[in-house]
Amino acid sequence: MPSPFFETVAAAVERAIHDAETELPADVVSVLQTAYANETSSVARGEYENIFANLKIAKERDVPICQDTGLIVLYITLPPEIPYSAELFEAAEEGVRRATVSVPLRPNAVNPLSRKNSGDNCGEGIPAIHIRPGEKFTVTVLPKGAGSENMSQIKMMLPSEVDKIPEFVADVARTAGSRPCPPIIVGVGIGGTFDTASALAKEALLEPIDQMDDFEQEICDRINELGIGPMGLGGKTTALAVKVKRGACHTASLPVAVNIQCWCCRRRTVEL
Amino acid sequence: MKLTTPLGEEVLDLTAGDRVLLSGTVYTARDEAHLKIQEAGFPFNPKGAVLYHCGPVIQDNAVVAAGPTTSARMNALTKPMLDAGVRGLIGKGGMSDEVVEALRGRGVYFAFTGGCAALAASCMRLKGVHYAELGMAEAVWEIELTDMPLVVGIDSKGNNLFKR
Repeated sequence: MPSPFFETVAAAVERAIHDAETELPADVVSVLQTAYANETSSVARGEYENIFANLKIAKERDVPICQDTGLIVLYITLPPEIPYSAELFEAAEEGVRRATVSVPLRPNAVNPLSRKNSGDNCGEGIPAIHIRPGEKFTVTVLPKGAGSENMSQIKMMLPSEVDKIPEFVADVARTAGSRPCPPIIVGVGIGGTFDTASALAKEALLEPIDQMDDFEQEICDRINELGIGPMGLGGKTTALAVKVKRGACHTASLPVAVNIQCWCCRRRTVEL
Repeated sequence: MKLTTPLGEEVLDLTAGDRVLLSGTVYTARDEAHLKIQEAGFPFNPKGAVLYHCGPVIQDNAVVAAGPTTSARMNALTKPMLDAGVRGLIGKGGMSDEVVEALRGRGVYFAFTGGCAALAASCMRLKGVHYAELGMAEAVWEIELTDMPLVVGIDSKGNNLFKR
């Protein structure tokens, strides 16, 4: 018999996954609508029209927006009274297993070498679970599809190359081209170590995308000059937003990680 | 313009940028299915057939979600399909110059909006499955389409909307 704590966490994870997979956050819909309003190419406009029709059907039918329901990435904040425990991890994994059946999710987790599919979206280190102390007990789910994840890059830049960061980020978007389902959202992690730069880049995708600072806007404008457009069919908007997170780094290092996200920027936070 | 599978020479009149509503049977095929077909043969008649680069979500014998996957992964695997008579490819993101050449005088590549899995599923009825042992995402699902909204991304004359 699972404990009430186990049940609560598993149910919250299952609900957060369901909501994330079937309805986009308001800030994402808003930037898509702005991009549509600014678009003049008829082929590109048709892509946005398919996107809006799809969002409506997914909500009405209560089905996933995209068939690549992703690998599940979880961010959990723990208040002081909730212990960091093995049970928490086990309950989160159980929530993923349940969502795989109930949403349903496509089973995407495989052994990296044998390619054997676990069938339940769980495996060694998957779901990816990030736990931090916080004021409230919350679960945030970020389902991450492979089309955009595969186009992500990290570069250990030189400390003298700070001015070249926008160029590197735009190059990643250029190389990605049509493959990550543009218009994309670009998460950038600057600083930290080799691993934490990537973590920062992914966390940047959790930030609201309907606002950007000057640095983010500069990079976004540079990417939009590429003209890749929705699905690579050409158009004014290639990136809906660029979001940057920074961390302290070694005086001899400048790690820059770029995590690409497709237009279907799914995320949902549930408070327990 | 409306088209129905199996496709014939009418596809040679299509031009990149044309909008098409496609009906009839299509077969999903990703990396593993292409490899399997090369090894074990087509589980369907390839003449005039349409391959859909897609790994759907299937539940209770119905298509729940079925948007396109990145076609470029199939670049090196596609020419044998066209040589066998396949006339249409559906996917996202476009394909290599080698595939553009292989399509010349024979077939077209249709773009469908990536991520639009619910819209796609609303045009679909599941008819069957081949090579089910490859798993849900990689199996060859036989699907009946009704008016799936597509854009001709690469035509049979070498025009390619993805190349600017």
